[in-house]
Amino acid sequence: MAVDAGALETGPPIRRARLRISGFLWRRPWLRALGLLALPLAAFAIVYLGTLAYLFISSFWTLSSFTATVEHTWTFANYRQIFDTSEPYLRIAGRTIGIAAAVTLTDAVLAFPLAYFMARLAGKRTRAFLFVMVLLPMWASYLVRIYAWQTILAHGGAINWGLNKLGLPEQNFAYTNTAMWIVFSYVWLPLMLLPVYAALERIPDSYLEASADLGASGSKTFRSVILPLALPGLVAGSIFTFALTLGDYITPLLIGGTSSQLLGNTIYTFMQEANTPFAAALATIPMAIVGFYLLLARRLGAFEAL
Amino acid sequence: MRRIHKRSRVSVVVVAAVTAALAFMASGCGGGGGGGATSTTATTIGKGEGSLNVIEWPYYTDKSFAQPFEKQTGCTIHRKDAGTSNQMFALMHNNGGGGGGQYDLVSASGDASLRLIKAGDVQPIDINQIPSWKDFLPQFKSPPHNTVDGKHYGVSLQWGPNTLIYNTQKVNPAPTGWGATYSSKYKGKLTAPNNPIQIADAALYLMQTKPSLGIKDPYELTKAQLDAATQLLMSQKPLLKRYWNYAADEITSFKNGDVWMGAGWPYQTLALQGDKQSVKEIVPLPTTGWADTWMLAAKAPHPNCALKWMQYVTTPKVEAQQALVFGETPVNPLACPYMDKIQKGSCADYHLNQPASYYSKIKFWKTPIPQCGWNSSNDCMDYNAWVQAWTKITG
Repeated sequence: MAVDAGALETGPPIRRARLRISGFLWRRPWLRALGLLALPLAAFAIVYLGTLAYLFISSFWTLSSFTATVEHTWTFANYRQIFDTSEPYLRIAGRTIGIAAAVTLTDAVLAFPLAYFMARLAGKRTRAFLFVMVLLPMWASYLVRIYAWQTILAHGGAINWGLNKLGLPEQNFAYTNTAMWIVFSYVWLPLMLLPVYAALERIPDSYLEASADLGASGSKTFRSVILPLALPGLVAGSIFTFALTLGDYITPLLIGGTSSQLLGNTIYTFMQEANTPFAAALATIPMAIVGFYLLLARRLGAFEAL
Repeated sequence: MRRIHKRSRVSVVVVAAVTAALAFMASGCGGGGGGGATSTTATTIGKGEGSLNVIEWPYYTDKSFAQPFEKQTGCTIHRKDAGTSNQMFALMHNNGGGGGGQYDLVSASGDASLRLIKAGDVQPIDINQIPSWKDFLPQFKSPPHNTVDGKHYGVSLQWGPNTLIYNTQKVNPAPTGWGATYSSKYKGKLTAPNNPIQIADAALYLMQTKPSLGIKDPYELTKAQLDAATQLLMSQKPLLKRYWNYAADEITSFKNGDVWMGAGWPYQTLALQGDKQSVKEIVPLPTTGWADTWMLAAKAPHPNCALKWMQYVTTPKVEAQQALVFGETPVNPLACPYMDKIQKGSCADYHLNQPASYYSKIKFWKTPIPQCGWNSSNDCMDYNAWVQAWTKITG
C-alpha cells in the first residue's frame, strides 16, 4: 500500500498534529538544537557557571570580625593577603603545585609501561586480569584507602614490620610530605593509566611495522612514533592527577605532617570558620592554575584522547 | 572552631542529622507555634508547647537521656547539629537573628557564647528557675562566657580540661607541665591539636615563662602578644610529629607509636587506656579548657519547653549520663555518684572530685574579640586574626 501525499489530512487527529510538529521542527534545525540543549545548558549555566561566578564575586567580600557574618563591601584585601610574601599562602600554593607535579610525573612513569604491556603485549586474559587489579581499589571508598595507608606507613605499621623482618632499618615516612606523595600517587594511578592505555591501544600495528621497515631502531620507533601518539593520553591522565591533587583536602589532613598544608585543606579550614570570602579567594588559585593547564593540554591534543 | 572530637563522629552524626531533618520536614513546623511571647522570667514555667528546636553539638540531646524528657514533658526535640562554633553562631545569627524564630536553644561553647550575647541572639533567663544551678561548681554558676552584667544568658552544662597525654613506657620521667611539649627531648614524637584556639595554650605558657609580655588573659592578646605566642608555636613545630585533626587521629598516633606525648582530652586518654595502651594524662595547672552553655534564643518559639530542658539536663543523673555519652565533665558535682554507678571510677577519671582551687586554674575558652577586658581598649586581636596566625604556623 502506498502512502499518499494527503496523509497529513486523513490520519487521526493526534497523528496529524504529531506529523505537523515534526515537520515544523525539521524545517527549523536551530529550534531542534535548542529543544535538546535548553535544559542541560540551563543547568550548566546556573548550577555550574553561576556558582563559579558567585564564588569569584564573594572572594571580594570580607568577614566581619565581630559577628562572623559576611559583609558585602568590595575589597581586594583577601587577594592582597594571599599575595603578601610574609603570609603563608604563596608557600602553600607552591607546595601544592610541587606535590601535584611530583605525583603526576610519578604516575606517568608508573602507568606508561603497565599501559603499554596491557595494550600491546598482554593476551586477552592477562589484560582482563590486569584491568580488574587496577580498577579494584577504586571500588573501595577513598577514605578507607587513605586510612589503610595511614596504618601501612605508621611507625608500627606494615612497612616497618616487613623491614624489621628483613633486618633493614625502619622507615619514618608517616606524617610527612613523602607520605602524601606516595598516597596521592597510589590513589590517582588508575586515572593516569586508563587514558594512556586508550592512546596506546589506538596506535595501529602498521605504523610500527612501517617504522621498522624504514630501518628505525626500537628506541627510535619508541621516541618518534609511540611516544608522540601516546602523549595526548599522558596529558589527559595528568589533567586528572594534577587537578585532583590540587583540590584534595583529606589526604593532607590524615597523611600529612606538620608542614603539609595544601590549598585544599587551607580552603577547608577557612570554610570551617565560616570565612567564605577568604576561602573563595584561595579557591581561585587552583582554578586559575587548572585553567592554564587545560589550555596547555588542549594545545597538546589531550582532549582527543579522552 | 570547636574541640575537634565532635567532628570525628561526623559520619554517624550526618546520618542522624539527615534522619532528624527528614523527621523535622515530615512533621512540618513541629508543634506549630507556642502562642507568642511567654514571659521567660516568670518564676514558674508554664505548660510545654509540645516542641523544642535545638542547635546542638552532636549527641547533646542524645536519645538515651532525651527520650524520658520527651515523654515527661511532651516536648518533642528537633535537632540541628553543628560542626563548629562559627557554624553554630551563623545558624543562630542569620535568618533574622535569635534563631529566626525557628530555634529555641543552642548549646554554645565558650568561644561562641559571647558573640551570641553581644549580637542579641540570646535572651537572659531567670536562673532561679533552674533548681540544680545552686549545686554547680562555683566556676560555672556565673562564668564570664555566659553571664554579662549579672544576667544569665543560659545555663552551663558540661566542660572538659585540656590535658597532657603521654606514653608511660617511652616518656621517662613523667612530664610535670606544659614545658615538656616545648622541649626538644622528645623531638619528633610530640603532637598538638590543629586548632587556632591552641594559641591560647601558648599564651598561657608565656604568661608564666615570660611575664614581661604582660599577658593578662590568654584569650585577650594584643598584636605583640599574639606574635609572641605565634613565635613560640613556630619553634614548637619542628618538635612535632603532626598536628591532629580528629580525636581518633591522636588515638591512632599513640597506638602506632608515632607519637609519645601531646595535648588532648580525657576522652582520648580513656579510650587509649580502654584499649590497654600504656598512657596516662596529667592536667598541668594552669591549663585551658572548654565549657558549654545551653542558651535561650531571643525569639524562641517554645520557651517553656526550653526552660524545662535546662532544668532537666542539669539534674545530677542526666548530667552523669550526658558526660559519659560524650566523654566530658558535668558542671554539677552531685552527678559524681551517678557517674560511678554507670561506670566505676569515672567521676575521678573526668576530674569531678577535685577541690575548688583546682577548677579556678582552668582558663575556659572564650571568643577572642577586639575588646580587651583587662585594659578596656579595642587593641586585642579578633578570632579571625587568630585563624590567620594559626595558618601561618601550620602552613
